[in-house]
Amino acid sequence: MPLGEIRVAINSDQDIVSARQEGRALATRLGFSGVDATFIATAISELARNILAYARRGEIMLRAIHGSSDGILVIASDAGPGIRDIPQALRDGFSTSGSLGLGLPGVRRLMDEFEIKSRPGHGTTVSVKKWKK
Amino acid sequence: MEVPILKQGEFLIAMFQAALSDADLENLRRGLLQQVVKFRSRGVIVDVTAMDVMDSFASRTLREIAHMIRLRGAETVIVGIQPEVAFAMVQLGLTLEGVSTALDLEEGLAYLIEKSKMTD
Amino acid sequence: MAKRETSTKDSGTRNNAATELVMSEAPSELLRELVAHLRQNRTQLREEWVGRISETRLLTAMTKEEIFAEATSVYDSYVEALETETFEALQAYARNLSERIIPRGVETHEVVGIVLLLRDVLARSLFAKYQADFKKLNRILDAYEPAANRIANTVAVGFVQERERVIRQQQEAIRELSTPVLQVRERLLILPIIGVIDPQRARQLTEQLLRGIRTNRAKVVVIDITGVAAMDVTVANHLVQTVEASRLLGATVIVTGLSPEIAQTLVTIGVDLGKMNTVGDLQGGIEQAERLLGYKVMAVAEPR
Repeated sequence: MPLGEIRVAINSDQDIVSARQEGRALATRLGFSGVDATFIATAISELARNILAYARRGEIMLRAIHGSSDGILVIASDAGPGIRDIPQALRDGFSTSGSLGLGLPGVRRLMDEFEIKSRPGHGTTVSVKKWKK
Repeated sequence: MEVPILKQGEFLIAMFQAALSDADLENLRRGLLQQVVKFRSRGVIVDVTAMDVMDSFASRTLREIAHMIRLRGAETVIVGIQPEVAFAMVQLGLTLEGVSTALDLEEGLAYLIEKSKMTD
Repeated sequence: MAKRETSTKDSGTRNNAATELVMSEAPSELLRELVAHLRQNRTQLREEWVGRISETRLLTAMTKEEIFAEATSVYDSYVEALETETFEALQAYARNLSERIIPRGVETHEVVGIVLLLRDVLARSLFAKYQADFKKLNRILDAYEPAANRIANTVAVGFVQERERVIRQQQEAIRELSTPVLQVRERLLILPIIGVIDPQRARQLTEQLLRGIRTNRAKVVVIDITGVAAMDVTVANHLVQTVEASRLLGATVIVTGLSPEIAQTLVTIGVDLGKMNTVGDLQGGIEQAERLLGYKVMAVAEPR
């Protein structure tokens, strides 16, 4: 039975917590392992945090998806300034510096599929998916 | 959200809860520093056992707490990071560099006691 | 004469006293005659034996050349065992033979089968040779049968023991792969990694290790990668992440068995090997771990 969409508006830091809690709840309902649920919640936290930091507001959408196995789709969207240099934002030296720009390489590592659409002045949409093993 | 800060002799123990917002973490940072000054504590244990997600902000806050407390001449040790949380953290490149870590409260206390013996 | 006839019946029970490696009762000159006969007719008897082996479709996993080579060795060892009256050499040979043919998929019934065939082929040739003298034949068979049966027994048992050893080894390897985290001493875990690591297995190992650190309250972990031939960049990153994640749980990681190739890969991805705790081999790593555990201050993961 397909579960409906869950939308969390991101306007304050409290919303970051709500979004990741929803994410963990959905992941658990879908039968993801504890580790994967934590990965998903952490990725959502970072994506929501980016929205707040660079666009001041936006939305996190969560949904169950079905392919050769079941999975979760997370779409983080905002109408903010957009990212000028996407390759730069995704560049990752695998260093352990711990200081982030957008933390996008990390989000990509946490999830299975990663897609980003952004244009200066036209906002940003990041879609990530994770599949049950 | 209120975070309990317990006094254990010369040390303070702060039990971080789950679902701490950024504002909560900011308050915690200030509150802890105040307590360290007030009690002239020699060490602080930050117990994050209850935190089910540690993201970049939480990681940065912990490092700042450790840094500020060191400026007051005291040691900080983070304990109770869950295996799954640790795994997610390193995927994001969050390694808490420069901050001491221990498995749990017991280990953290043992560490602080040893450390303060050395500086006596 | 009468004594010999009794001894024919007794030879069966004597056969079962397995601790007796040296044959008694059989007169040496009869044995020498027997062995001489087997040596003289070596080529012919061996051929006959190999023929019987293919007839009965044994050793199908081996080529004709391989069978012939093994047949020659077994025949010579057989005759030598008869001659020297000791079976240690045959036992050692049996185990050695098993080591070579078990990986080729030879079954127990095949090994037992070919040894029994050899016994039969040799027995028949004795019948042929001494058919004119029935009493002599009996005496020769008195000498031959217990020895031949003991040989068959030795080879079969040697094979089975070797086979069991291989199976135990395989089970051990499987267990290692499925539960690789070993608690060796208090607060010390060892993670021996062997074989090919793909990213998924690397993830699984990391999860298991981190859980193991918490369950066993480990303060030091030795990750041994002696058994890992190569590591691509993704897996190398997993290793680094594992070390970092372990530290978040308060455990210090020592990496042992780092090959020059893997060290190079790590340097390529930007790892400062000077900051990573590495020791040449597992034993050295364990020793260092014990040193670390001896110092209470070092028992908490210091910030780097």
